[in-house]
Amino acid sequence: MTYFADVGALARKDLLLELRARDTLPAMLLFVVATFVVFHFSLPAHSSQLAASGLLWVAILFTALLGLGRAFVPEREQRVLDGLVLAPCDRSAIWLAKSIATLAFLGAAELVALPVFALFFHGLSGATIAGVVLADIGICAVGTFLGAMAVATRARDLLLPLLFLPLAIPIVVGGVGASVVGSPGRYLAFLALYDVLFGLLCWATFEYVVTE
Amino acid sequence: MRLVSRLSRVPLPALAVVSLVLMMVALTLVFYVAPNDANQGFSQRIFYFHVSIAFTAYACFAAGAWKALLHLWKRDPRADLESYVAVHQGVIFGTLVLLTGSIWAKISWGHWWLWGEDELVLFLVLFLFYCAYFMLRFSVDPGPQRANFSAVYALFGVVLIPVSFLAIRIAKSFVHPEVFTLHGPNFGGWILVTYCVAQAALLLLAHTLYRVELTGKRLDARLRELRFA
Amino acid sequence: MIRARKVGKRFGDKRVLRGVDLDVARGAFAVVTGPNGSGKTTLLRLCAGLAVPSEGDLEVDAPRAAVGYLAHEPLVYRELTALENLDLYGRLYRVPERRERIGMLLERFGLWDVRHDRVVSYSRGMTQRLALCRVLLHEPELLVLDEPYTALDTAGAELLDAQLVELHGERTVLVSTHDPDRVAQLATQRLALA
Repeated sequence: MTYFADVGALARKDLLLELRARDTLPAMLLFVVATFVVFHFSLPAHSSQLAASGLLWVAILFTALLGLGRAFVPEREQRVLDGLVLAPCDRSAIWLAKSIATLAFLGAAELVALPVFALFFHGLSGATIAGVVLADIGICAVGTFLGAMAVATRARDLLLPLLFLPLAIPIVVGGVGASVVGSPGRYLAFLALYDVLFGLLCWATFEYVVTE
Repeated sequence: MRLVSRLSRVPLPALAVVSLVLMMVALTLVFYVAPNDANQGFSQRIFYFHVSIAFTAYACFAAGAWKALLHLWKRDPRADLESYVAVHQGVIFGTLVLLTGSIWAKISWGHWWLWGEDELVLFLVLFLFYCAYFMLRFSVDPGPQRANFSAVYALFGVVLIPVSFLAIRIAKSFVHPEVFTLHGPNFGGWILVTYCVAQAALLLLAHTLYRVELTGKRLDARLRELRFA
Repeated sequence: MIRARKVGKRFGDKRVLRGVDLDVARGAFAVVTGPNGSGKTTLLRLCAGLAVPSEGDLEVDAPRAAVGYLAHEPLVYRELTALENLDLYGRLYRVPERRERIGMLLERFGLWDVRHDRVVSYSRGMTQRLALCRVLLHEPELLVLDEPYTALDTAGAELLDAQLVELHGERTVLVSTHDPDRVAQLATQRLALA
């Protein structure tokens, strides 16, 4: 159980860092609302309601990317990551803690974004909300993992969207399906499957991302 | 697996010749021997190659992931380069899938691209994914970190293949449904033989190209080592 | 405790270390010297376990929890306070009686009064002192210190001198420095990198 104690200590640190900096969350909020306004002007007059639902997922994805790009920046500066890697804790705890913290910020941003979406476009079904929750888990798990790699490369923030978007396509399919189709059950199940598969993969391989 | 390791011991020139011969046989079978398809006529023949190339691409990605696993798990010093070359071959064949599929679509249905065609869309996603693999690899200086990153990403790729395929299938109920689909020939007689020969030829070709590129890259690495020793 | 045979390290095409042999016994105080670019930092990183050699054998007979590494960078979060940083490391290293130990170290290195200030407000010397606290927090058996006197003022350097004297013989210490005279009396062995 010390594993979870480590995750807790690290997650607390990440939340503390963000609360101090106070820049990522406001930026994500502003970005997502601005994106909705852009959508309004991007959807021609007779577009269906469904088009807006689809665009919600685009907004979530790109807002998440905004936050994910910053995830490992504190560790990158001053190479603090070395300090964490030297500690006797399991390295996957670093990833898990960071994912949990990122999930918290994404969730906080959505707490505002989803009502705003309902205001601008149309109401959201329970299935959509469930889809958002499941999708967030996948986005944060895979996104923070890739963020750790991207931050160690020369291309840095250029690289994260490229690495992430192909992996995010199944999430979008699951999410849009859950929002739009009459029986969302199998899309939610698919999202859960994605979360489990990629979550396990991230957990098992993070060690290799931070060590030689 | 054992077939592959035995293949690895065949000298490269011999392999290349056999490869070439087998390709010629396959081409002959495809264009002269296999019967014409009742519905689609001559153009359907591209199918033998399209499916074989697709399978070969999957095999390359799988091989890349396997070598990646060897690198991470057994710390095999040769595995990183082998994984990279396998993925590279996979992308080459993947691009060919997109090209042959596109040509077939144009000939048969008059469109250069068909969103309704699951396999084509899957290869598009994989193409994007593995292009990002190369961007990742070239954005890191050579060394253990680059090898680790590449290996991990290759593993993600191989998990993505079935997940993406499933996603594309279930996306059909809300994405604009298309009437056009690729369908394979009914297997039987010469058709089966032709297909098998084409598949074998392409797998052998892929392995030959893999060996060629691997040899070249190994030589490069050795040269660099000697120069900077 | 540390055994290196013909250890080499390459970064791509650049060779940073070559053919290094090293034997550091338990309780020894080893000093590594050499001009800039001779690979001191790389060697220390290898011994701390942050990197693996490209060639040769390296054995370090200490688990991660027993190693303390002082890098060029202080390895602390700038936006957190000294207390928060040390608390995090204390938890990760499972330091017993964490609060007391942190307090004791902060006081020893003269940081008690600024413990609630964010590291970003510290001077370079203060940050280095905090890094020393971080290294000593879990009472490691093996201390790997990369140019620990960097940025320390006279008072800080004297604190470090005292600390090293205390550690001498009790723990195994591997130090790299530009100023070998400072630790000359404590050194039980020397390694000069070309």
